[in-house]
Amino acid sequence: MLKFILQRVLSMILVVLIVATATFFMMRMLPSGPFAREKKLPAQIIQNLEARYHLDDPLWKQYIDYMGNLVRGDLGPSFKYTNRTVNSIINDGFPVSATLGVVAVLLSVAIGIPLGIWGALKQNGWQDNFVMFIALLGVSVPNFIMAVLLMLVFGLWLHVLPVAGWGSVTQVILPAFTLAGYPIAFIARLVRSSMIEVLRQEYITTARAKGISERLVILRHALRNILIPVVTVLGPLIASVFTGSFVVEKIFAIPGLGRYYVTSINDRDYTTILGVTIFYSALLVFMNFLVDLTYAWLDPRIRYVERKVS
Amino acid sequence: MRRVLSVVLMVALVAASLFGAVSCSTASKAVVQEVTYNLGTEPATIDPALSQGIPEANVILQVFDGLTRIDKDNMPQPAIAESWVISDDQKTYTFTLRDAVWTNGTPVTAYDFEYAWIRALAPETASQYAYQLYYIKGGEAFNMSVKVEDKYYVQAVDAQGNPVTKKQGDKDVPVPDMTKEIVPSRDVAVKALDDKTLQVTLESPTVYFLNLTAFPTLMPVCKAVVSTNDKWAADVTNFVTNGPFTLTEWSHNDKMTFVKNSTYWDKDSVKLDKITYLMVTDESTALSMFQNGQMDVGSTVPLAELPKLVASGDAKIFPYLGTYYYMFNVTKKPFDDVRVRKALTLAIDRNAIVTSITQGGQVAALAYVPYGIADATPGSDFRRVGGTFYKDNDIAAAKALLAEAGYPDGKGFPAFTILYNTSSAHKSIAEAIQQMWSKNLGITCTLKVEEWGVYLDDRNNLNYEVARAGWIGDYMDPNTFLDMFVTNGGNNGTGWGNKAYDADIAKAKATSDPVARMATLHDAEKILMTDMPIMPVYFYTNPVLITKHVMNFYQSTLGFVDWKNAYME
Repeated sequence: MLKFILQRVLSMILVVLIVATATFFMMRMLPSGPFAREKKLPAQIIQNLEARYHLDDPLWKQYIDYMGNLVRGDLGPSFKYTNRTVNSIINDGFPVSATLGVVAVLLSVAIGIPLGIWGALKQNGWQDNFVMFIALLGVSVPNFIMAVLLMLVFGLWLHVLPVAGWGSVTQVILPAFTLAGYPIAFIARLVRSSMIEVLRQEYITTARAKGISERLVILRHALRNILIPVVTVLGPLIASVFTGSFVVEKIFAIPGLGRYYVTSINDRDYTTILGVTIFYSALLVFMNFLVDLTYAWLDPRIRYVERKVS
Repeated sequence: MRRVLSVVLMVALVAASLFGAVSCSTASKAVVQEVTYNLGTEPATIDPALSQGIPEANVILQVFDGLTRIDKDNMPQPAIAESWVISDDQKTYTFTLRDAVWTNGTPVTAYDFEYAWIRALAPETASQYAYQLYYIKGGEAFNMSVKVEDKYYVQAVDAQGNPVTKKQGDKDVPVPDMTKEIVPSRDVAVKALDDKTLQVTLESPTVYFLNLTAFPTLMPVCKAVVSTNDKWAADVTNFVTNGPFTLTEWSHNDKMTFVKNSTYWDKDSVKLDKITYLMVTDESTALSMFQNGQMDVGSTVPLAELPKLVASGDAKIFPYLGTYYYMFNVTKKPFDDVRVRKALTLAIDRNAIVTSITQGGQVAALAYVPYGIADATPGSDFRRVGGTFYKDNDIAAAKALLAEAGYPDGKGFPAFTILYNTSSAHKSIAEAIQQMWSKNLGITCTLKVEEWGVYLDDRNNLNYEVARAGWIGDYMDPNTFLDMFVTNGGNNGTGWGNKAYDADIAKAKATSDPVARMATLHDAEKILMTDMPIMPVYFYTNPVLITKHVMNFYQSTLGFVDWKNAYME
């Protein structure tokens, strides 16, 4: 097991380094630069700016310097937000996105799994149709429509929730539901189909034959098995939901990390582009790693060490 | 399972009613002197020297007070400078400062101004608006100098007068001329004569210099603090200021809080106790928050909703010193022919564009310099004095010109593209113009949309045929619109050049008599509008969302908001 973990950690570091390198060079191939303006800056001022951020060094030197700083955990200064470092941008933005993400993930699990089970148990009944309808809606309604609808109904018509902003508990509800819309639907469908499949398995029949109550059959025997596909999708889902969504953060005016994925590229804010990309990819590979570990715990058939035959 | 569901529902209902109760109790608001404003975006900095544009200015101008401050009529008034004397050649300004203090209790002195301006000009500060200080004698040379260790040198030039550079990796780096040192305290003509007297000598008479002293880049900074702490503007803790308000909270990408500065010299004119800035980028969200009572004033308005909001009194349209125009690449055929450029300029219906597309009270541009800039005689307007240069939608004249250029009814006119950057407004305008040219002149063109950076790159490299552009003035003088079109000017972008035009701009710069100077600038504009390297479309406006409770709201024609005299009713 230890050997497996060690191997995975090494490959994770390698993946992040490859992502960092690829992003570094691809980003520099983009036309234009961080100091391009509609009101063009005088050449000398651009030179002053490039000198300040060491952009006048040869590219290979910039790369070596960047990688050196990266190893020390220093993501450099932002070109757009003078006086701020990329580390501080992530430190400020990530907790906000993560808070929203935790609520959204909890909502999707707490609503998606029961919905899926309910649909599977009443397969082809009206309850099942209802669940499938909700799932279809959740998958097909884009989040920016969902956001505006929620805002309109709960903010402007019913006046029960603030339409946007950040700082109070009430301001978490609408964006969290918007973020959870797709995962709820996705998880509900996944759970429903896995449940239908699992309920046909022989060990369920065995359990029922032993006279265990239906409730226990579902909760103890079936549920644990259907969690494997759910956990598989939860890993990347958590990574993407935690690091924020550009659309949701923009519409609800939330000071999270998600907006930087888009704005930093528009601004050609090189260090911020790299910083958030590296951070996101690191989180993503880490979550996948956790998923693999969880498999072993959920399903005794999965082992990451070769079984020794005695 | 049913029981679980009902419990969940119950909890949800209770929670909803609780939140509902909370929001109800805050709904009844007494008239307090507090205002919430949507800045629209996170400011890139709060350091005056590093200010990059309007969001930064809208923060800096609340917390700093310069030598002058712009009043509601867009005229500079004494601020930290109590009075000033201008020399006969209009090049030397001697300012006398009033008693004013920084928020740390120390007095605001002439040395703070000297330090702030030298700092903004220093090459290592890399200020993007340093050129607002190029009017000061020696300012441009200092900003362009090369720093070696802690000394500054003039960049070396070869026998032909071209700057010398050396290859460092794949970059050209300027080479210093070690015999020509620049000492800022000696060579940059801003000098504190004593605590209360600041003397500034300009390169040439600059009639709008007192406007510039109210510009963010020229705000003073507290020398004792800034020279010892390079992180002074990183957050609010060490942010020492001298303006009507102080910044007490900055939550990045979220909000800023300002409170009235009780040590401000003119605190009796300040009525607001608290200002909250929000940073809502989405226009529709901002409107919803405005309608929900979460903000009082907003800098962004969804275009489609604007006419309705203006009619209901929820939005006001402010003048804005800017021109939306199309530029022609005069180095490419057939746009090298002035008759073609003129024909295209005459063949569009600007009134239709402003009334049915932009809908924000914009004015059809029949010249380049917009309304709102004073001419030489008091109370006159440069645009009204200069008049218009062509008729809108003059199809007959356009057709005649096109035929004269060898393309009767558009026959044989080469295919070309209109370049613009991603924006639904630019797209609608480009489509309208495409259709007008096709209908009125029989010429066809395609549209090309590019991401902002790519678009700027193509524009700067003359890699286009016709492109959209916009220009917002930096100060209230026609020169801010005209000097950009000198031959090879950094913001010219068209490949056009005209010796007589260059001479006019140079002459205006050296002229101190306002009447003669304005006459020269009118002449320059006439040359520009005769050669037509650009096609003006409309003059910008600046709409804001604003509740009826906000009084004395001021937004300058440069787009800068000043809350000093505003109050709630």
